[in-house]
This record gives sequence, C-alpha cells and structure tokens, in this order.
Amino acid sequence: MNPEVLVPLLAAAVQSGTPILYATLGEILTERSGILNLGVEGIMLVGALAAFLAARLTGSPVVGFLIGGLCGALLAGVHGMVCLGFRGNQVVSGLALTILGTGLANYLGTPFVGKASPGFDAVAVPLLSRVPLLGPILFRHDLLVYASYLVPALLWLYLRYTRWGLALRAVGEYPEAAEASGLRVVGYRWIGVLAGGCLMGFGGAYLSLAYTHLWTNGLTAGRGWIAVALVIFAFWKPWRAMLGAYLFGGVMAFQFRLQATGTHLPSSLLLMLPYALTVAVLVVSSWKGRGDEAPAALGTNIEPPD
Amino acid sequence: MRKRSPYLMVFACIVALLFILSSCAEKPDNDLSDQVEKLSKENAELKDRIQALEKENAELKAQIDELKAKVEVKEYQVGFVYVSPIGDAGWSYAHDQGRLAVEAMDGVTTSYVEAVPEGPDSERVMLNMARKGYDVIFATSFGYMDPMLKVAKQFPEVVFEHCSGFKMAPNMGNYFGRMYQARYLSGMVAGAMTRSNILGYVAAFPIPEVIRGINAFTIGAQEVNPKVQVRVVWTKTWYDPATEKEAAKSLLDVGADVIAQHQDSPGPQEAAQEKGVYSVGYNSDMSAFAPKAHLTAPVWNWGPLYKQIVEQVRKGTWKSEAIWYGMKEGTVDLAPFGPMVPDSVRQKVLAKKQELLAGGTDVFVGPVKDQQGAVRIPAGKTASDQEMLGMKYFVQGVVGTLE
Repeated sequence: MNPEVLVPLLAAAVQSGTPILYATLGEILTERSGILNLGVEGIMLVGALAAFLAARLTGSPVVGFLIGGLCGALLAGVHGMVCLGFRGNQVVSGLALTILGTGLANYLGTPFVGKASPGFDAVAVPLLSRVPLLGPILFRHDLLVYASYLVPALLWLYLRYTRWGLALRAVGEYPEAAEASGLRVVGYRWIGVLAGGCLMGFGGAYLSLAYTHLWTNGLTAGRGWIAVALVIFAFWKPWRAMLGAYLFGGVMAFQFRLQATGTHLPSSLLLMLPYALTVAVLVVSSWKGRGDEAPAALGTNIEPPD
Repeated sequence: MRKRSPYLMVFACIVALLFILSSCAEKPDNDLSDQVEKLSKENAELKDRIQALEKENAELKAQIDELKAKVEVKEYQVGFVYVSPIGDAGWSYAHDQGRLAVEAMDGVTTSYVEAVPEGPDSERVMLNMARKGYDVIFATSFGYMDPMLKVAKQFPEVVFEHCSGFKMAPNMGNYFGRMYQARYLSGMVAGAMTRSNILGYVAAFPIPEVIRGINAFTIGAQEVNPKVQVRVVWTKTWYDPATEKEAAKSLLDVGADVIAQHQDSPGPQEAAQEKGVYSVGYNSDMSAFAPKAHLTAPVWNWGPLYKQIVEQVRKGTWKSEAIWYGMKEGTVDLAPFGPMVPDSVRQKVLAKKQELLAGGTDVFVGPVKDQQGAVRIPAGKTASDQEMLGMKYFVQGVVGTLE
C-alpha cells in the first residue's frame, strides 16, 4: 500500500480506536483491582449522553468531557455498591448495569437525538504534525486523542511504580494477603471501580463530543463489548491496550476504505471484520495459555473480616 | 172508611210517585258525579303522563342535541408510528412535519409514538392505538408492514396506511414518494460542483429504494458532467452517526469532493464540512449541521399526502390503494440551495425541476446501461413503476458492489 492510502487509514485507526482505548483502560484498572465490570457498554452510553448534555448546556466541551467521566464513575458506583457493599455477583451486576445504562441513556436522550452540541475539533500540534508519516497519523487530531496518548503512560506508571498502584494490584491478586499486610482492600477496589468507570465515561464522551458532535440512541454500537474483549487481548497491560484499540479502530476504518476504493468484496463480509477479529483475538490469547495473566482474584468477592 | 180511602190512595200515590220521582231524580244525579269524579281523576292522570312525557321529551331533546354536537365536531384521531426519535433531522423528523400539518386541520387530533422497533413491539403499539378508537393509523417504516396487516384484520373499521411497503388489505393502503426525482436533481448539483469528478455516496442497505436513489443521483450528475463517477459505501445502518461519518471519511480519502447520503444522521455532512468539501443532505434540510458544505438535499414533504388521506377518510371516500407520489404532488422536493451554488447551476436544475413538475419526462429514460454495459432500459423507453420498484442493478458510472 502506498502512503497516500496508508496514512489516512492509520490516522482514522487512531481516531476510531480512541473511544475504545479509554474504555479498555478503564476496564483494565477496574479488573486489576479484582472487580469484573461487564457494564462498560452502559457506562459509555451514559457518559456519552451526560457529556453531550453538559456541553450543550454550558457551551464548553471540556466541562462536558469531565461531566461524562463523572457520570461514568457514578454509574460504576452502582456496580461498586452491589459488589463491594452487598457482595453480589459481579457478572450479573455488570450485565444489569449494561441494560440499565442503555435504557437510561435512551430514555433521557431521546428528546436530544439529532441535536448538535459544541465539541472538540481537530487541532494540529505545531511542530510534530509536520513530521513525515507520524505527523499526519498521530498529531492532526483533537485534544482528546492527545490526552489519550498520556493515559496509558500514566496508568502504566501508576500500576508499576507507585505504592498505591502496587497496592491496587495486590488487592486484585490476593486480597487476603493484602488485607493481612494492612491494606484497605475494599477502599482500593472502590478506587478501581470509580476511576475505571470515569475512564469508560470518557470513552463515551469522546464519541459524542469529538468523533461526532451528535447524540443518538445506542451511539456506542457495541464498542463497550469490544473493550471488554480487548482487556484480555492486552493481557491487562495499558500499552497493549493501545495497540489493540488502534488495531480495532483500523479494521473498522479499513473496511469502509476497501468499499470506497471499489473492491468487489461483499460489504457484509467486510462489516464482519471487527467482530471476527474479536473472536480471533480471544481464541489466540487463550490458546497461547496466557489467560492466566488475569488478576488472580478477578471476579471474587471479599469476605468480611471475622 | 170509603170516604177516606181515595185521599189515602191519592196520598199514597203521591208519596209513591214522589218516592219514585225522587229515586228517579236521585239516580242520574249519582251517576253524573261518579263520572265527573272519574273523568277528573283520568284528567289528572293524563296530566301527569303529559308532564312525564314532556320531561322525557326534554331529556331526549337534550340527548339529541348532545349527540348532534358530538357528530358535528367528531374529533378524528390520527396516530403515527415512527421507527426513530423525531429529533433526528431525518426520516422520522420529516414524517413528523407531515403530522403537524394534519394536526393543524380542524377537528383532527394526532399523536405519535417514536423509536418503535420493527416487529412485535410495533404490533403492540398499533393494537393500542386501534383499541383506543383511532380513526387512521400511519406506520412509517418498512418493517411495520406485517404487524400492521395483522392489526388491520382485527379492526376493520380503522383505516391503516403503511409507508414504503407492498402488502395491502381492504382497510390498509400503502404510500411512498418518488424520491428518485429529487435525487436526480441533487445529482445534477453535485455533478456541477465537483472538481475531482468523484462523488461519494454513503448508503444504508442495498435494497431497491436505495439503489434507485443512487442510480438517479448518478444519472443526474452525468447529465451535467459525463466524466463523473459515484463511489458507494454501504454502512448497513440507517442511523449511526459515528459509523456513517467514518464511511464518509473513507470516501473523502479516495478523492470524493461531494458527499451524498442515504442515511438518516447528519454524520456524513459533518465529515464533508470538516474536510472543507461539499455535501448533499437527505430527508430534510440538513444545512444547520454543515452550513459551509451543504449544497442542497432531496427532501420529503409528507404534509399534503397525509392531509389528503385524512380528508378522504372524513368524507368517506377513502379506499385502499397504493400511492406513489412524486414532485408533481409535492411529496418530494429539493431543499434550498446553499450560497456556494452558482446561478448557472441553479437555473439548470430548476429548469429540469419544471420539466419533472410538468410530468412530461422522468428520470429513468432509455438508454440506461448497467455497470457491465448491458442495456437495461432501451432507448426511447421509460422505466415502468414495476421496473423501478424492483431495481437491483447499478447504472454505468457507479463504483461499488450490490452486496
């Protein structure tokens, strides 16, 4: 492929991968603390709607983005209440959260379908955008994409080099030992759930503030589920999440470009690509026997201290 | 003794006579008073009855008045079922504009249910409307066809109208618009405005309605610019701003400088404006979403058609038929041109619009060749409605597949 086709394709991959990246990082953080949250899709939708409405009301997309994250965290808090407060089943609670979030966003959002809101527009980074190849691919996007470059780095530093990050991982791996060593297990899990929910909300907000400046029912169109699958693909590592998200974004963008160039492949087959890739990725990652990269205590509830 | 006896006799006779007379006189007297009494009693009874009847009469009169009043201002209830929320600037928005025109009629109230999924849910919604005594029900999406048919059979006194389908019943008609005529005009605008000679078309599903629109758009563009080609990308969605915007971007990347769409979201319009090129909207005037890009849009105008159907039902002249109205009847039209469209182009397009309005010509006039170059409509012939409704090929100049 010549650069003329490849560069726009990779630039599109970065952009359509960004909402998935935010959501995947959120799920990684939550799962690292030992909580499985399958409500990503619902949290993203609520985040997208909240961000859209806040930006519409205040006229400021930045406020909108932050409110999107906040509402994501709030909804994730419901999951926290069920799993940490009442020690309910995490799978059931997560699935219920998806249904609740989707319903809530559709109910509250229906009057605003098709209305426009202020959003983020592309801003080229002064010098970096002139770098051949990398410039157009990475540095001619909106602010939220640039912010998303920082999040994996910060998350990586947090989980690897800070006390609190290490404690959060310990809680996800072996909560009994963490408790014995004096860590507040439930507190760390709350951090994982709320901060993760905030990132998922950001992912939704990206869709309604930057990717388009519109709200519609079901805006996320399954991206939350792809994020859940990508966590496994990424082996719970922030950097690999970046790779995975852009790979998926690339496949989504790629199939339209194949059509636009007049390829004589049925479009139904092309539209299947991202989902076929999801299945392939899950098969490959478990086949390599690395499923045990998962936090050991993932999905387990903490027994109350005697 | 003998002397006294005649007197006695006379006396006795007189007494007897008096007796008889008095009894005679007394008897009729008694009869009369009886009768008078009876009559007055009867009279009173009759008066009572008259009073009761008068009361009843008054009540009945009041009832009649009440009923008459009801008959005179019988509120016709008209229901609409939409597949998406009405704020979408698209398909359902256009239908709702039509509903508002019906609402403005005297003695008609309307209501709608939006975002109704096709299938069993829609059947429940229509059943509810029919049970509540709605007079006319409009269902505005293809997938409502079979549910509507089921409900129509249960409520023979309700009039059902289905948009874009083909099944009918004695109390269920269908209607649609010749959008291809407006598409053709918008294609002329796009063909005149392009510099790269590549037009991008973001399309929903490969069904005859959409294919017909793409072909009409292409023929229109070729009419003013024979070198033009139309590239098609299928999204397999009617309303998904993110996906549709991405599809438009992919067309921009292969050099398209006008983006047209058969989608209900303004996503493709946004993509065109961000890239600084032109766009053609759909359903309704989408210029608010991309004021710098929006050239024009083929638009729906359901008001006249809806009012006509409701009026027919009211007059009792409605009958089940398949309506396919075009520009002439005012069901489809072109949105106002954007400021960037030069006068020469406007003149040319408006002249063609006049021809279509006059009804002397149509869009699919032979010779029309398909992508492989085979003649589909021979020279001098015009495609029949049947041919157009079942169109499953791309005309020459379209780049894309039908799957």
